[in-house]
Amino acid sequence: MKAFTVHTGLAMPLDRANVDTDFIIPKQFLKSIKRSGFGVNLFDEHRYLDKGEPDADNSQRPLNKDFVLNQPRYQGASVLLARENFGCGSSREHAPWALDDFGFRVVIAPSYADIFFNNCFKNGILPIVLDKNLVDQLFKEVNAAEGYTLTVNLPAQSITRPDGSVIHFEVDAFRKHCLLNGLDDIGLTLEDADAISAFENQWREKSPWYFKPA
Amino acid sequence: MSGKTLYDKLWDSHLVKQREDGTALIYIDRQLIHEVTSPQAFEGLRLTGRKPWRADANLATPDHNIPTTKAERSRGLEGIVDPVSRIQVRTLADNCRDYGITELDMNDIRQGIVHVVGPEQGATLPGMTIVCGDSHTSTHGALGALAHGIGTSEVEHVLATQCLMQKKMKNMLIRVDGKLNPGVTAKDIVLAIIGEIGTAGGTGYTIEFGGDVIRSLSMEGRMTICNMAIEAGARAGLIAVDQTTIDYIRGRPMAPQGEMFNRAAEFWKTLVSDADAHFDRVVVLDAADIIPQVTWGTSPEMVAPVTGVVPDPDLEKDASRADNIRQALKYMGLKPGTAIKDIKLDVVFIGSCTNSRIEDLRAAAAVVKGRKVASTIELAMVVPGSGLVKQQAEAEGLDKIFIEAGLEWREPGCSMCLAMNADQLPAGKHCASTSNRNFEGRQGFGGRTHLVSPAMAAAAAIHGHFVDVRDILLDTART
Repeated sequence: MKAFTVHTGLAMPLDRANVDTDFIIPKQFLKSIKRSGFGVNLFDEHRYLDKGEPDADNSQRPLNKDFVLNQPRYQGASVLLARENFGCGSSREHAPWALDDFGFRVVIAPSYADIFFNNCFKNGILPIVLDKNLVDQLFKEVNAAEGYTLTVNLPAQSITRPDGSVIHFEVDAFRKHCLLNGLDDIGLTLEDADAISAFENQWREKSPWYFKPA
Repeated sequence: MSGKTLYDKLWDSHLVKQREDGTALIYIDRQLIHEVTSPQAFEGLRLTGRKPWRADANLATPDHNIPTTKAERSRGLEGIVDPVSRIQVRTLADNCRDYGITELDMNDIRQGIVHVVGPEQGATLPGMTIVCGDSHTSTHGALGALAHGIGTSEVEHVLATQCLMQKKMKNMLIRVDGKLNPGVTAKDIVLAIIGEIGTAGGTGYTIEFGGDVIRSLSMEGRMTICNMAIEAGARAGLIAVDQTTIDYIRGRPMAPQGEMFNRAAEFWKTLVSDADAHFDRVVVLDAADIIPQVTWGTSPEMVAPVTGVVPDPDLEKDASRADNIRQALKYMGLKPGTAIKDIKLDVVFIGSCTNSRIEDLRAAAAVVKGRKVASTIELAMVVPGSGLVKQQAEAEGLDKIFIEAGLEWREPGCSMCLAMNADQLPAGKHCASTSNRNFEGRQGFGGRTHLVSPAMAAAAAIHGHFVDVRDILLDTART
């Protein structure tokens, strides 16, 4: 996994509550057996005016000019500002894959669905939780100032606004450690292989009915 | 010190390692695998040269992406018309073969939607931890198992380590007291719950469903309830083990048999929350207040009783909620104040991991028996949850009842619940659906979904618009 330390990027506001993962990446693109290439279909049903297909030439499709992602002032955005319960619904990791492939490195929202929140950390995306009123304030500032850029510093757990003021955010220590170092979760867990085996042995002894082969 | 909740017990019994910041490694007893969220996980194993920790803890079946027409299914894997889908289904078969994982392949009689297959095969047992790369894994909590939906990176993690890295959730109890009104089903209960607490109400919690009404439900009904825990934001839902649970498991192929079963059952009976257990939040509903439910919007919390009306955003005080309602009504093509019963339908879908079990099909068949689908309905389809559900339904003659009434009888799979295969709801069309999500585009680009119970969907098919199924059931009882 790629590491995350400090990121400076243009913020893009997605002013909508309960954005679900079907919204982030529609189902027809989940037929892929790859992890990459989802960026061109990020927010597909809102970004384009027609129905997307996995094998379509996306450069030929009509764009929805009103959708925030297509507005000239947000081209190159890498910090997504979102509303509450972002990423609800389906567990599809294709959602963070699409955000990442498009170029988003940070999401800022008042709350997230649990599975999506978790999936972000596995893909080098930092989902930041901020107070609802503060997020609201950031929406106002982004809308008011073209080229609104934020610097997100994970070691310091800080967000620096264009005026230099700093917002502090919380992150779990272990997740922070993994993200900072781009650590492979599986490799880390396998360092505890002995503990897993010991657990497994006593569990098998106690509850053999769970070990009947599927 | 207070006692333990069922969730506490399941968590504690699977805890391998606790880290200081609250993250923990928990042991996973069972992983269910399907074709859509697993290819990249197997690819990860391949790239790193890792092997499954315990291959026989995994059980796979294709469901999301496979066709449901007999013509396509009867020709096997090569018969899948969509080449991209075919590759994905084949990749699952290849991966399972390469890594020694049991797969119930597309034409195995036991194939079906993972969340129907697991309990049906006895692969889901009380006291287990269960994961699957699918958010509706919460379904298995109905059997007193701790079951989480996970992402693909976690699918790979569980394959390689038999563990999941998790933070313990908080405990919520949702109690449904009283006595259920006739004609009201598990689906109506869970939609009413989501209407009450909202789609993020359960975020950060594991929800245990309890109370007399939940206790009185069949296992199928309990699965419907836990299935939609995720639509209330909770990754896991739970129902305590009782005699209904144990009777359901007895004799299932992958469940323990004989003396081993008796020993297991003794343990399973302890899988209930202690009387003095502490819940961080308790929500109580009175069943007397619950009547058949219909969603009118683009989130499962946008729900109303069938006797109700589509809400008016101008009457909503919270500005952001009013915006949500406006957005939803625009997408759904509905006007404020429209009676739910006046919503006209084009398509009816009976199926999905929420409502495709035998009891669901019986309920729908009882409504359509001897009646005809309204001429204005363009497509009405029934998609059983598994080959075995289909077989059972056919043994009971339900297929004939559906076909005679004008509904299509399909092969098992996820089908129009998420519309990854050819079963897609056309743009602008209204669908009465027994599935779990009414998100924009969920059942097809531009499609308009209304979530209901199987009996309500069947009644809507007959009338071409929503009706209160209780009136039909009364009518049936009279004749």
